[in-house]
Amino acid sequence: MNKYPLWKYILIAVLMVLGALYALPNLYGDDPAIQISGTRSAKISKDTLASVEAALKSAELKYHTAQVDKKNASVRFADTEIQLKARAVIQKALGKNYSVALNLLPATPAWLDAFNAKPMYLGLDLRGGVHFLMQVDMTAVIRKAEESYADDMRRIMRKARIRYSRVTNMATGGINIRFKDEETRDKARDAIRDEIKDLILVDTEVEGQFILAVRLKEEAQREKRRFALEQNMTSLGNRVNELGVAEPIIQQQGAERIVVQLPGIQDTAKAKEILGRTATLEFRMVDEEHDPVAAQTGRVPAGAKLYRMKDGRPILLKKRIIYSGDNIVDAAPGFDSQSNQPIVSITLDARGAAVNQRITGKNVGKRMAAVYIELRSEDKLGRDGKPIIDSKGNTVKLKKKIEEVITAPVIRSQLGKRFQIEGLDSVEEANDLSLLLRAGALAAPIEIIEERTVGPSLGQDNIDQGFLSIIIGFAAIMIFMAFYYRTFGLIADLALALNLVFIIAVLSIFQATLTLPGIAGILLTVGMAVDANVLIFERIREEVRNGNSPQASISAGYEKAFSTIADANITTLIAALMLFNFGTGPIKGFAITLSIGIVTSMFTAIVAARGLTNLLFGNKRMKRLPI
Amino acid sequence: MEILHKSNIDFLGARKISIVISVLLLVATVILLMTRGLNFGLDFTGGTLVEITYDKPVEIASVRKTLGEAGYKDAVVQHFGTIQDVLIRMPVREGEKGITMSNNIVALLRKQTGETSHHIGADQTQQCQSLDSDVVGVCKVQVRRIEFVGPQVGGELAEKGGKALLFTLIAVLVYVMFRFEWRFALGAVVAIAHDVLLTFGFFSVTQIEFDLTVLAALLAVLGYSLNDTIVVFDRIRENFRKIRRSPVVDILNRSINDTLSRTIITSGTTLLALISLLVFGGEIIRGFSVALIVGVVVGTYSSIYIATPAVLSLGITREDMLVPEKEGAVDNTP
Repeated sequence: MNKYPLWKYILIAVLMVLGALYALPNLYGDDPAIQISGTRSAKISKDTLASVEAALKSAELKYHTAQVDKKNASVRFADTEIQLKARAVIQKALGKNYSVALNLLPATPAWLDAFNAKPMYLGLDLRGGVHFLMQVDMTAVIRKAEESYADDMRRIMRKARIRYSRVTNMATGGINIRFKDEETRDKARDAIRDEIKDLILVDTEVEGQFILAVRLKEEAQREKRRFALEQNMTSLGNRVNELGVAEPIIQQQGAERIVVQLPGIQDTAKAKEILGRTATLEFRMVDEEHDPVAAQTGRVPAGAKLYRMKDGRPILLKKRIIYSGDNIVDAAPGFDSQSNQPIVSITLDARGAAVNQRITGKNVGKRMAAVYIELRSEDKLGRDGKPIIDSKGNTVKLKKKIEEVITAPVIRSQLGKRFQIEGLDSVEEANDLSLLLRAGALAAPIEIIEERTVGPSLGQDNIDQGFLSIIIGFAAIMIFMAFYYRTFGLIADLALALNLVFIIAVLSIFQATLTLPGIAGILLTVGMAVDANVLIFERIREEVRNGNSPQASISAGYEKAFSTIADANITTLIAALMLFNFGTGPIKGFAITLSIGIVTSMFTAIVAARGLTNLLFGNKRMKRLPI
Repeated sequence: MEILHKSNIDFLGARKISIVISVLLLVATVILLMTRGLNFGLDFTGGTLVEITYDKPVEIASVRKTLGEAGYKDAVVQHFGTIQDVLIRMPVREGEKGITMSNNIVALLRKQTGETSHHIGADQTQQCQSLDSDVVGVCKVQVRRIEFVGPQVGGELAEKGGKALLFTLIAVLVYVMFRFEWRFALGAVVAIAHDVLLTFGFFSVTQIEFDLTVLAALLAVLGYSLNDTIVVFDRIRENFRKIRRSPVVDILNRSINDTLSRTIITSGTTLLALISLLVFGGEIIRGFSVALIVGVVVGTYSSIYIATPAVLSLGITREDMLVPEKEGAVDNTP
């Protein structure tokens, strides 16, 4: 009685070995390392690594290993002092096109790497870093799309020689086109419908005027939003590169939000400044038929809008957007090969290039302007010029759109995919302009709506306190169990220890993120995991009390407790899964460890502990059980 | 060693008292929640939180003064953990973005100590420059933590949390109904709702900050309390089939007594773990530990004094449990 077949013992042993193997990498700690990644124009190759190694050798800086993978190159060092020196050396050797970031890489020995065993991934609350949740302004996305459709419709009607009175972008969304009579409106509607499929066109009449109300179709809107989100994520990725962070995470969350996580970043002010710039860029033709100074005081001509240059001079631009910042692939400062004057060279994507070629071909000798648009909030001023204070004593703020023409160069010849802006005063100006052009490459304004920054000292404290509480809680439970259930208590203790190993192994295998609440979850599971053993041992005692033989008591104890354990754990698992489903960030970490712990504890408490019990007591003649 | 050797306590005899106590507590909780409410944390209200460590002990009053003079009159300033640590909270403001507010606050406090943020050191330590000279060194004011939650996020989190609680209750109801019987399902749900509400009540009385981790703890309480209740129910089901000739009350009492030892031991070990977390886990996890400790205590009480009396009041009979149930029949025959 109470013997497992051999295969069961072997299964338990194999699982134990695997658990230990995959939990092991967590014991090795980290090596200080430097991670090198390329920006848009520079790619990482074996040659990059060779030049890094050469630079380190000539600076007499010792390193452990240097390696390249698909995206990054990394070099490991013995201590942080060398790491810091090496960073300066490498950055100098590679230049600005590479991002050189300090990082910690797991010091897992090679033989463990061969099993693909990695340490757990620590959440930002443990390793320190910044978490941002950003919201993309989707109303602005749709408005922008509508503006561009309004232009298209004007063009279509002009081409078909349809006389319209006015095309208005409504403040509440949608476009209204006014006509003198019904017949013209019908003609316009058909013409537009033939060319643009994304629009819903509705006829209405207001105060004797015939109006065509235009809206974007739902699927077209969805497409625009999706595109805006993707574009923003790409731009954010590029900006993060500027910051030099190892292992950044940029993820979509829901339909209009983006999560950015920057582990190890301390300078949150700079990170926010770079990521939070809510800037866009638009290219328009300069209206040179009219006088901008006159427009300042009088009427702004139709189809044009008054802007200001950086130095405050007025300038009239055509309303039509030629292309926008999201068509810019790259903008880099440099020097003209002939004149040796500072320039900014710009690379456009295919769409931008096609438009650029068409427009500049027709407009050689005219000027094209780049408009930088940024959303800022400012104090709202009352009539007396003082800030308005609301009932709570706060100043009322206005969301203000800052629009500024950053450059308006003359088109010298037909341009295409690549072109350069000349006539810059200094290298600094070239640097600034290229940064603005790149930073403006966001399809829609974004706003940071959540920030969680954890400094490195707090992160380390969280780790220390978390592990200390696990160790003490764990030890207290173990001592209690051994004391209360004697030999069986020791069996439970072993099962508990095994459970901890399994939780860590599973977390490591799935590279799930360990957070501080996650550590709490581990501790809670440890506390609750004993429950299965308690249920079993209480049953065994009960059976013994009822006068059953020791062997029969063990067997009945395990079997009778099983359905109770299963029911109780499944209900807890339901709660844990709900938690996972609703949770964000750290809470998800708690749900993950809780769920893993419940599942592994079922195995360790029922199967592994039973195996040990069988090994110790199976087929033995006993008068009393040590329970 | 055994704490309880075959107890025989008449738990259900005391059910009138226990129900009266629980109802009174629940009424008190509802009144408290309506009048005093919960001390909602940043996660739900939105706002900005900055935790800072000084290189030496600091007066709260001077920090408050500096912030007040710069227009942050509504800042809540307190020590956090040690007298070198300061926690500053600001509500959401129209206009000034929380995201810039935290930077402004740090800059102000650095100005007070005669330094200003310098470019970050290559090793990512916070480097500051002295205001009077060009000396650059490690900042006297170190940022430990910054949290900013926009108003739109806070509302969502509360809504999501409420939904999670509700859906968990429903999921549990369905599972227990499927595995046991509707009276047990209802009894279990009454018990866990009782536990969650009373834990809410505790947070209202003590005004301990109620944040996202506390909400997570509440869901864990739900799971724990349920676990406890299910164990008793399981025994009731078994005893109904085993003991033929006793009145229902006796069988229920017997079942509670049979599982009593286990109930106490498991609560004890869980509490051991949680107390360790409370004492050694640090400030950030404190609310979470407190919620769980309260929840485990209340949950243990409710699985004895609430869940089973509820099943009894709903009129359970032996016949209800004798309906052949496949899982039960297989699981429970030794």
